[in-house]
Amino acid sequence: MQNTELDLLKMIADIDGIPSGAHNIRANGETGSRVVTENVDIVTKTDKPGIDIIIKAGTKGESVHIPVVISKTDYTETVYNDFYIGDDADVTIMAGCGIHNCGDGEARHDGIHTFYVGKNAKVKYIEKHYGEGDGTGGKNMNPTTIINIADGGYMEMETTQIKGIDSTNRITNAVLGAEAKLVIHEKLMTHGTQFAGTDFTVDLNGENSSANVVSRSVAKDTSHQKFLSKINGNNKCSGHTECDAIIMDDATVTAVPEITANHIDASLIHEAAIGKIAGEQLIKLMTLGLTESQAEEQIVNGFLK
Amino acid sequence: MLELVNISFSAPSENGEKEILKNINLKLDDGFNVITGPNGGGKSTLAKIIAGIITPTNGKILLDGEDITNLSITERANKGISFAFQQPVRFKGITVHDLISLASGKDIGMTEACDFLSQVGLCARDYINREVNASLSGGELKRIEIATVLARGTKVSLFDEPEAGIDLWSFNSLIKVFEKLHETLGGSIMIISHQERILNIADKVIVVANGTIKATGTKEEILPELLGNTMGPCKVLTDALGGAN
Ligand SMILES: Nc1ncnc2c1ncn2[C@@H]1O[C@H](COP(=O)(O)OP(=O)(O)OP(=O)(O)O)[C@@H](O)[C@H]1O
Ligand SMILES: [Mg+2]
Repeated sequence: MQNTELDLLKMIADIDGIPSGAHNIRANGETGSRVVTENVDIVTKTDKPGIDIIIKAGTKGESVHIPVVISKTDYTETVYNDFYIGDDADVTIMAGCGIHNCGDGEARHDGIHTFYVGKNAKVKYIEKHYGEGDGTGGKNMNPTTIINIADGGYMEMETTQIKGIDSTNRITNAVLGAEAKLVIHEKLMTHGTQFAGTDFTVDLNGENSSANVVSRSVAKDTSHQKFLSKINGNNKCSGHTECDAIIMDDATVTAVPEITANHIDASLIHEAAIGKIAGEQLIKLMTLGLTESQAEEQIVNGFLK
Repeated sequence: MLELVNISFSAPSENGEKEILKNINLKLDDGFNVITGPNGGGKSTLAKIIAGIITPTNGKILLDGEDITNLSITERANKGISFAFQQPVRFKGITVHDLISLASGKDIGMTEACDFLSQVGLCARDYINREVNASLSGGELKRIEIATVLARGTKVSLFDEPEAGIDLWSFNSLIKVFEKLHETLGGSIMIISHQERILNIADKVIVVANGTIKATGTKEEILPELLGNTMGPCKVLTDALGGAN
């Protein structure tokens, strides 16, 4: 791997060089580096691009890194990664994609990630998306995440896209069994003429299942964001979805939370708020000696922290 | 020293322009300047004009002789004016440590930030990493607001009703905080307050009512009239002001 790719890795996965522990680094469509452990196996798919990540039942405290970097122009790929997390496992998975596009052609990564979270297993899934490069070519990503959580399983997903992605359609579909729990935190910032679409659908099928889907976003310049979040309560369950957006400049944001209760004991809440930075927040920070743009930066950074 | 010369402020209201402050002339000397007076009298408006949050319709503001009337909020802050709001502002994601750090103008460590919090009676460890948001109680927010002004340590400090929401038990410590602030920094401290115990530390008391200054003087001159024994303060105030209102 070259410096560009190593820098991208640092941005999206907070790793310097090759991560310790199980990992698979995909660079420009090739496997850059792969390490498996006794408990975590990674197998290349034979029928389509992508890998299977198989985590043994009972595995505790291991982490798996599967970052993707692209430093080419005129390159698009669709990758299928499936995660099998054994019963009672407790693991952290770090994905993420960085694109460096200096050319005029499109660089695009469409990642389809499917999770099978076993009974009473616990997964923390972190993904970061980042683009850079001064070419006119688009830097686009369309992550699809399909989540199946078995009884008593828990998954926490932290998805961040702060910079440089021109267009993104982010689709997440989750189905939860009894006592299963899903927590999603999305952080998004768009600038320039970027577009970001987010589409969450959660089916709370199991008794006492619960979901909390929270999105915080900032839209700058003339960018546009669309947030859709659907929670279906099909059993005794609780669900909460929240979209909180700051608009700046000439940006536009649409938020469409949708909750459906199909069971008498389903308890569902949605909240959505869009607005510019509160004037009093700017004023308070200015009375501390910050300029208006420094104050703005502090407020936005805090909001997306 | 801070001086207001002929300050007036009008704002549009339902029935035309409303004059909120009329021809205010006021010097804030070194020491404690306590502003008091009835609700809606114009005290907070006056403080906001000093901090640059509101632009006066007329008049001049001088800081150590320099005309600062046209300076922005930021410029005034950097010249040494600090302001603790009557209603503290909430932020999503900004922690107490972030705010105190921003106030102090440098990246201060936990120990130093905690020190400012302890001064206002907050058990620092419990608060330092919390977000300055609605999960904090009114009194906690108010104390953090005061701590931001302590962390700035400037030559002019404005506190708008610092006692509001602070429990009686902490009141004496609050007064000690102000006294310590003055001991260490000197400068002018302007406190807007309705509280007798704060009026008691005043070097100068200024009574603002109906958008004008009704009286200024030492606490010995003003307090007896303001806090007469036989009648409620409001009645006494009205009398002392010669039936104004
Ligand atoms: N922007 C504005 N537009 C219209 N009226 C205003 C504006 N700002 C303040 N006022 C009015 O000016 C008057 C003075 O308000 P101010 O907040 O300065 O009073 P105060 O003396 O601080 O009162 P309190 O003791 O209740 O805090 C009030 O009648 C208020 O409603
Ligand atoms: Mg007031």
